[in-house]
Amino acid sequence: MNIIDLMPFSVLLPLIAAGVVAILPGRTLPWTVTFLAALGSAVIAAFTLPAATEVTLSYPFGNWPPPIGIEYRVDAANAFVALLIASMASLSLLWGKTSVNQEVLGRQGPFYALFLLALSGLLGITLTGDTFNVFVFLEISSLATYALVAYGRDRRALLAAFRYLIMGTVGATFLLIGIAFLYTMTGTLNMADLAERLPEVRDTRAVRAALAFIIVGLGLKLAMLPLHLWLPNAYAYAPNFITVFLAGTATKVALYVMLRFIFTVFAPDYSFVVLPLATVLMVLAVAGMFAGSWVAMFQVHIKRMLAYSSVAQVGYMVLGVSLVSLSGLTAAFLHLFNHALIKTALFMAIGSVIYRIGSAKIDNFRGLGRQMPWTMTAFALAGLSIIGVPTTAGFISKWYLILAALESGAWWLVALIVMTSMMAVVYIWRIVEAAWMTERPADLPAVKEAPLGLLIPTWIMVALNFYFGLDTRLTVGAASAAAEVMLGPGFSGVSP
Amino acid sequence: MSTILSFFNYWVVVALMMIGFYCVIARGNMVKKIMGLNLFQTSVFILFVTSGKVSGGSTPILREGVEIYSNPLPHVIVLTAIVVGVAITSVGLALAVRIQEAYGTIEDDHLGDDDDDERLALEDRQRR
Repeated sequence: MNIIDLMPFSVLLPLIAAGVVAILPGRTLPWTVTFLAALGSAVIAAFTLPAATEVTLSYPFGNWPPPIGIEYRVDAANAFVALLIASMASLSLLWGKTSVNQEVLGRQGPFYALFLLALSGLLGITLTGDTFNVFVFLEISSLATYALVAYGRDRRALLAAFRYLIMGTVGATFLLIGIAFLYTMTGTLNMADLAERLPEVRDTRAVRAALAFIIVGLGLKLAMLPLHLWLPNAYAYAPNFITVFLAGTATKVALYVMLRFIFTVFAPDYSFVVLPLATVLMVLAVAGMFAGSWVAMFQVHIKRMLAYSSVAQVGYMVLGVSLVSLSGLTAAFLHLFNHALIKTALFMAIGSVIYRIGSAKIDNFRGLGRQMPWTMTAFALAGLSIIGVPTTAGFISKWYLILAALESGAWWLVALIVMTSMMAVVYIWRIVEAAWMTERPADLPAVKEAPLGLLIPTWIMVALNFYFGLDTRLTVGAASAAAEVMLGPGFSGVSP
Repeated sequence: MSTILSFFNYWVVVALMMIGFYCVIARGNMVKKIMGLNLFQTSVFILFVTSGKVSGGSTPILREGVEIYSNPLPHVIVLTAIVVGVAITSVGLALAVRIQEAYGTIEDDHLGDDDDDERLALEDRQRR
């Protein structure tokens, strides 16, 4: 069996396992099957990445040759994202067992089945080479996510899920309108085929409208600044395991598809010329970096604070894209990967605290440094990574982003990046201060260290943050390969 | 006049889309929001189906004497999209039912704004 035949199974494995897991009884069995499925999919993705970096893999479904049939088309860019998604899912599951046992009462089969559906949807979006297939997988993963968010114990989780559903559906429908315009103009849904046929009709209003609809639709899924309103509450009130999983995967996939549309389907010399996309993305990115960090500094609910910080971090990724250069796109891919590591580690540490104290309010974190030293140290170390202290993964992505900004001659962006990093120092420091510099008030109950089932995966994530901060061969290599594939051969900047 | 009529389907699409979108944004009632969402999606289905129409073509069914027929692919796509729409409606309504149970209302004007973390955590512990 060669790698091309094996590659679709990284999507199919979770999809098939979801059906099985839904009817499994009890609590341990569903988790075991889910973990094996996610791990299998990660292993397949790990084998796909080196193969896809050499040559673009194409798998026609049902043996119908593309563009008639649906095609999975995997190159260095989506193999990289798929590996990230599948491995983040496996690592979150490792952490999730203990946390889910506390938060989801009774049978857990349906819960894990939804998780697997969300995972296979995200992987499907990443691997497919068909635009309508993107829409279908987007809805599979979104629907599962709405239900998973509603599993939260707080009743506000229901409101968050409902609002997410409304906004998410509007976003997905915008994407569908864009795809409808593209189909009307070219008569094809296959991405590679679209890229060939679009130049003939490039100067029509329908194609320009299609680009605008697709960017707004995916911007909603990506939580780009003015379209981010669903994100903070969905992250804050979802079960901790789901927050950990979503923080590392959902927005990353949305960013990837947006890049796929902007660069592969429309080609950069179209998308950045007919719309002032570089300017729009840059303004929104910078606004997101500032507004997200600013609001995060004043949150009392720690999960919400980290969610707003995610809005800011999405800003860094979009900023890399808006520079429209090889180094900018490399920085975007690099931060896509590193931010998944950082946020997962942070949410894991906070989730472990919530597991013990049952609250995410900063007041209840007072004096925890002495009672849960391992958890709070993990949080502080992951916090260093989000600030961007050297030797952490966060430093690497900010370093490349700054290099890309300097290369484009935008030195003022460097100042903005440093300023927002200082704001990250403030919001991380608030928790460190509460945990270590204040005494635990007498009226708050004493707590024990988090169980090992939560502590070990958290520390694995923290270790990964430092590993990828020191050994950047895998991440930088894969990110620049991904950026090169996205821009296509012979790309030499865009002159508007 | 003939321009307006020849684009009749597209006028319907735009009108439905705007009515639906307005409902989603302006209505506080969650069931009405979902109805608006449905209208919004339906307008896109009509857009898709319209794009597959071949003038003078018959339905795309294989039979004697039919040379010109409409493009069947948009129909298939819309079928899939309808299934997606039904799934969204059902999940949305299910959430509305759960919200009714939790809050006693589905009128979404600042619902949940004054929910307090401590009190909810306490209620949660008592339920267990």
